[in-house]
Amino acid sequence: METPKVKIPLIEFQKLTKRFNGRAVLDQADLQIYEGEVTTIIGKSGTGKSVLLKHIIGLLAPDEGTILVRGQPLEKMSKRERYKYFRQISYMFQNNALFDSMTVFENIALPLRQTTRMSEETIERKVKARMEQTELTDATGKYPSELSGGMQKRVALSRALVTDPKIVLFDEPTTGQDVIRRNAILGMIAEYQRMFRFTAVLISHDIPDVFFISNRIIAIDEGRIIFQGTPEEFEKFEHPFVDEFVRSIEKLEEHLTGIQSKRQFKIRNQVGLSRKRPQESYVAALFTLDDFDRMCEVLGHTRGQEVLSALGTYINKHFGSVGGFSTRHSKNEFATLLPFSDPEEAGRILKDFAEDLQNEGLKSIQSEAHVQGETCFEFAILAGMAEGKAGDEEMDSILKEAHVRQREIARITCEKRR
Amino acid sequence: MDNEHLLTSPFAYLGRKVITLITEMGAMAIFFMKAFLMIFRSKQVPMIIQHIYYIGATSATIVMMVGLFTGMVLGLELFHTLLRFGSTGVLGSAISVALVRELGPVLTAIMITARAGSSMTAEIGVQRISEQIDALVTMRINPLRYIVSPRIAASIICFPILTTFFDLVGILGGYFTGCVLLGLNYGTYFSRVQQSLEMEDITCGFVKSLVFAVIVATVCCFQGFFTHMRRDSYGAKAVGLSTTSAVVMSCVLILVSDYVVSSLLI
Repeated sequence: METPKVKIPLIEFQKLTKRFNGRAVLDQADLQIYEGEVTTIIGKSGTGKSVLLKHIIGLLAPDEGTILVRGQPLEKMSKRERYKYFRQISYMFQNNALFDSMTVFENIALPLRQTTRMSEETIERKVKARMEQTELTDATGKYPSELSGGMQKRVALSRALVTDPKIVLFDEPTTGQDVIRRNAILGMIAEYQRMFRFTAVLISHDIPDVFFISNRIIAIDEGRIIFQGTPEEFEKFEHPFVDEFVRSIEKLEEHLTGIQSKRQFKIRNQVGLSRKRPQESYVAALFTLDDFDRMCEVLGHTRGQEVLSALGTYINKHFGSVGGFSTRHSKNEFATLLPFSDPEEAGRILKDFAEDLQNEGLKSIQSEAHVQGETCFEFAILAGMAEGKAGDEEMDSILKEAHVRQREIARITCEKRR
Repeated sequence: MDNEHLLTSPFAYLGRKVITLITEMGAMAIFFMKAFLMIFRSKQVPMIIQHIYYIGATSATIVMMVGLFTGMVLGLELFHTLLRFGSTGVLGSAISVALVRELGPVLTAIMITARAGSSMTAEIGVQRISEQIDALVTMRINPLRYIVSPRIAASIICFPILTTFFDLVGILGGYFTGCVLLGLNYGTYFSRVQQSLEMEDITCGFVKSLVFAVIVATVCCFQGFFTHMRRDSYGAKAVGLSTTSAVVMSCVLILVSDYVVSSLLI
């Protein structure tokens, strides 16, 4: 029998400890980061998340423990090997760390000018390509202080990506951004990660939004790694940390957006269904904003997120009036539960919703997201419903069934293209 | 016990201060050596030229202005002093030797410290506290090579040139007060300058300006580079204090080293 191949982590911490003034900021930390994945580190402020990233890039050295790179201890590597490893990494600082006396172009070109032997023409071509990808073409000659917070983030992101790194570390890339821009930045990171196939390590407080783009979650509390696994596994993880930290953020999110977190959605679902008699039916609906990735490419990530947010609010408002509640299910999907409706009634509600959405809703979504006229982009909304029985199936399998039954219920067409 | 403590504490304090000072001087020497060796790496020339413009070209006017008035004051004061002894003829010698050997290098160095040195510290300090230097490290750009080396190289090039400007303009300033305003014969003035100035004086002034260049650039860059290590303050305040420390320390070290170099070259 063939033994299954063990996946070797790209970076591994083994019993890593770091102390500052005698206080252990990282305490016997064991963690693995795998190649080509998006790994997100979550935890309260001051619990050692940035210290952890700074160990990966070599800004700090551990007091105890080992860092393995593809199974090889970092301290045993030759100077050349270590240089080669560190050259593959880019770091995006929390406060961007842009050079304020340089223009946007000079900031992005700096690593190429200083660390490569590329000709000025090649550098210019590469920098311009990155600037186009990050929607910075208008900001070429501007100084960082002349840009908005979101644009500064994009400059920092371009600078981090211009050297085509294999590993990119993001230290709280969305700090100080509103919900839309936060999601736009996360969307951008996910898109570039897919495009350039780098390994991304993020520190983020954007729960649950960051879960939609992450392959793995690492939770850190008081310098100790308390969880490592997939976002799905994290949702089932029971620990005082989850109550203290994650739920408080989720509550704030709900307050800001009106849409419930997945966890709250599940709890509310369980409470709602526990009041029903066994085998009494309820309905779950799944809505998808089709072609979302291309929409972000064409309209930009901020506009894309604005459309998504407006759609979420519209769904929540419509179904909230008939006792339903909604959550963002994935990057471009919303799940709605109708606990008090049978399939027939839910079908009528969905039909009304589809008509409203086609006649009025999409127009208001477009105007809220400022995607009319020249920037118009054709897109469709898909919806599917599935029936569940109280006390029976898991919500995930019902939503999977709803996904299979999805069909187009509304579409935006751009007049000038007709 | 308390009395004993009272008796020893001043010595302990003094000892701590001396150890700190020696440690810092040692650290600065290593800092300078590392940065100096990186001057000869590739991609340094454009940055050195950029700093020559900032330290040299933009400081030239102020240095020459100070040189002019220093020469004029010397001319005025020395003329009246020499008049008492009936030896106004040696005014040219007195002014030129004083300027070339002593006042030129010292005052030029102090002026550059005030103008360019303080801004070096502040600029590097801000780069440090806003994580720009850390960003360089993450981009595999050696901050000593990128930030410090070009400034040291530019200082070494600019200090002697600016000192020369200072000396020339100072001698002209002395001529203006001594000859134009006070009526001394200009032929006497310039022939005295020519007779009394020897190569040894010019070498002495040149060596001093090089030593001051190294001191000012190293102290100012060091203070800015390690702003985050200050124990007395953080952030913007630390940058302010580092700038003050850099200027004060540079001025003190200029005068101390002036004595040392003079005593070695006399």
